[in-house]
Amino acid sequence: MKPIAPPAPTSPAAPTTTGGAEPLLRVEHLSTRFRTRGGEVAAVDDLSFELATGEVLGLVGESGCGKSMTGYSLIDLVDPPGYIAAGSVRLRGHELRGLPAKDWQALRGDRIAMIFQDPMLTLNPVLRIDTQMVETVLAHRRVGRAEALARALDTLERVGIPAAAERLRSYPHQLSGGMRQRVAIAIALLNQPDLIIADEPTTALDVTIQAQILYEMQTLCREAGTGLIWITHDLSVVAGLADRLCVMYAGRIVEQGSTAQVLERPAHPYTRGLLDATPAAALARGHRRGEALRQIPGSAPPLAALPAGCAFRPRCARADEHCMQTPPRVEAAPGQTVLCWHPLPPGAALPGPAAHAEARP
Amino acid sequence: MTLFLLRRLLQAAQVLFVMSLLVFVGVYAIGNPLDMLVDPQATAADTARVAAALGLDQPLWVQYWRFLANALQGDLGISFLHGTPALHLIVQRLPATLELAVSALLIAVLLGIPLGLWAGLRPDSFGGRTVMAGSILGFSLPTFWVGLMLIMLFSVHLGWLPSGGRGPTREFLGLEWSLLAPGGWRHLLLPAVNLALFKLALVIRLTQSGTREALLQDYMRFARAKGLPARRIVGVHVLKNIMIPVVTVVGLEFGTLIAFSVVTESIFAWPGIGKLLLDSITQLDRPVVVAYLLLIVFIYTLISLAVDLIYAALDPRVRLAGGQAA
Repeated sequence: MKPIAPPAPTSPAAPTTTGGAEPLLRVEHLSTRFRTRGGEVAAVDDLSFELATGEVLGLVGESGCGKSMTGYSLIDLVDPPGYIAAGSVRLRGHELRGLPAKDWQALRGDRIAMIFQDPMLTLNPVLRIDTQMVETVLAHRRVGRAEALARALDTLERVGIPAAAERLRSYPHQLSGGMRQRVAIAIALLNQPDLIIADEPTTALDVTIQAQILYEMQTLCREAGTGLIWITHDLSVVAGLADRLCVMYAGRIVEQGSTAQVLERPAHPYTRGLLDATPAAALARGHRRGEALRQIPGSAPPLAALPAGCAFRPRCARADEHCMQTPPRVEAAPGQTVLCWHPLPPGAALPGPAAHAEARP
Repeated sequence: MTLFLLRRLLQAAQVLFVMSLLVFVGVYAIGNPLDMLVDPQATAADTARVAAALGLDQPLWVQYWRFLANALQGDLGISFLHGTPALHLIVQRLPATLELAVSALLIAVLLGIPLGLWAGLRPDSFGGRTVMAGSILGFSLPTFWVGLMLIMLFSVHLGWLPSGGRGPTREFLGLEWSLLAPGGWRHLLLPAVNLALFKLALVIRLTQSGTREALLQDYMRFARAKGLPARRIVGVHVLKNIMIPVVTVVGLEFGTLIAFSVVTESIFAWPGIGKLLLDSITQLDRPVVVAYLLLIVFIYTLISLAVDLIYAALDPRVRLAGGQAA
């Protein structure tokens, strides 16, 4: 395998601070809002998190909770009428918010890459794979076509595409869904970015392919020291992949901590509800055939009509009059924060009774 | 590929055959050419002589059979009116129409695609709205009226351009061409613009809607996430996708430009085949009408073949059906 040239130091987010204190990515109080006819709506509300080099962060939540919009906000692909209203996004200490469009363009696909959900739709159907890969290299590197092509070939091989040279000359429709997603991943990896944002990239694939791709992504990012933000609605996907988890609800991070903390000792009733809803939790409870899986009552509220105070309040068994006020962010355990008036006690380990569960013998 | 072409050729032959039959019967049904050709005061013997000379004394099926036999040898009959081969009459006039049609098409495409792209990329801007409003005018204003207004403005009022006729031409490959002659473009410009207006509106709307649709696709977002410059996103990723419908429609519209430039040719006294067709129909000059329509069908077939080939080149998902598929 040929070594790939190190990233050009001229890019706006090139590492200048060498101190270990500065994380790869630091997001503080990020808010993305939409101007709608009925007034402004916050799709992402006061988001703060950090990501270290080579770390994998899982961003979990239901559809419409703002997790994809968080991804778009980090790479400045929020389309009008949406806009980033407040907050700061720093990559290796460099503030990205407010960068001119030209700098963003230089950053995207080079320092920050993004992969999307449906591999059938992310590649341009009328352009060959080599065209779509080479243009990504040439947009950021002053190299010849031959060199760009060699790099494309090398990256395709790294993501496990057999007969890569042949695949380069294919059109997207000639590849299977799994292959197309590998190509998309290869395109994201082409310029050895510092950060990859993966927006449910395996949701549209079948489970075996999903497992392969998860494993490969994890390996590739570890090797290259690339930070990875994996957006998903599926807790089982991130359980084996992520170092840390952020659980989102209605545009906010309601719980944040290491994967073990969040999955084993969830402090937020919503996280607990999500975990209880998985088949694995049902089995652990002694689930009987034909019995319905446990679910969180109600459904996620529309962003335009969020309840006052805690947005999860109407669906929460622990809610009381306190929850009419915006909940505080409290530390449930070292490194684990939760946005709740009544966090679950740390001792309540799975598969114990959930707060709203029926009495058990 | 060869099979595809063969199949297309066979289809074209079938269409030509059916077409010739229809036109033959159709013109026969309109009236008797002898009424137009022979002086009403002529004797019955004279009339019979003319009829025999033109083969009009035979029953229709015999006439058609003779025509078919001659046509297969490349002879489409002799004009009743002019006494010269019908095909020759048409081919003489064809360059004028072709030149007009190609110019109109170029104007429509070269102006329409950039304007449509612009309107598609900035649908809410003043410019974008103006272009789209203008395209509605292009659709709805009748060609003859626009033609007259163009003459009024540029020929009568401003006196910049001639009002009609073909003007100077230069011979090239045995045919006369306006664009090669100095000042020939001045005669061509007004009729070409007039003919182009409708197609221009069509190309603008197609390009605009195609662009807006393409911009919503996931691959556009991915292209932006790759950090491609806007020039490349629009010039390659958008353009190549919208070229597919544009090529299809423009190709077929080129056929109608050639076949039905009648109105524009009449207004600007352009000596093309549209004018010839009108005259031939009123004079019941059957050989010319039949030859004209057969030629048009032939041109249509060629164009749609070209469109299919370009289509396959543009869209990799399209494969030209060779053997099994119909």
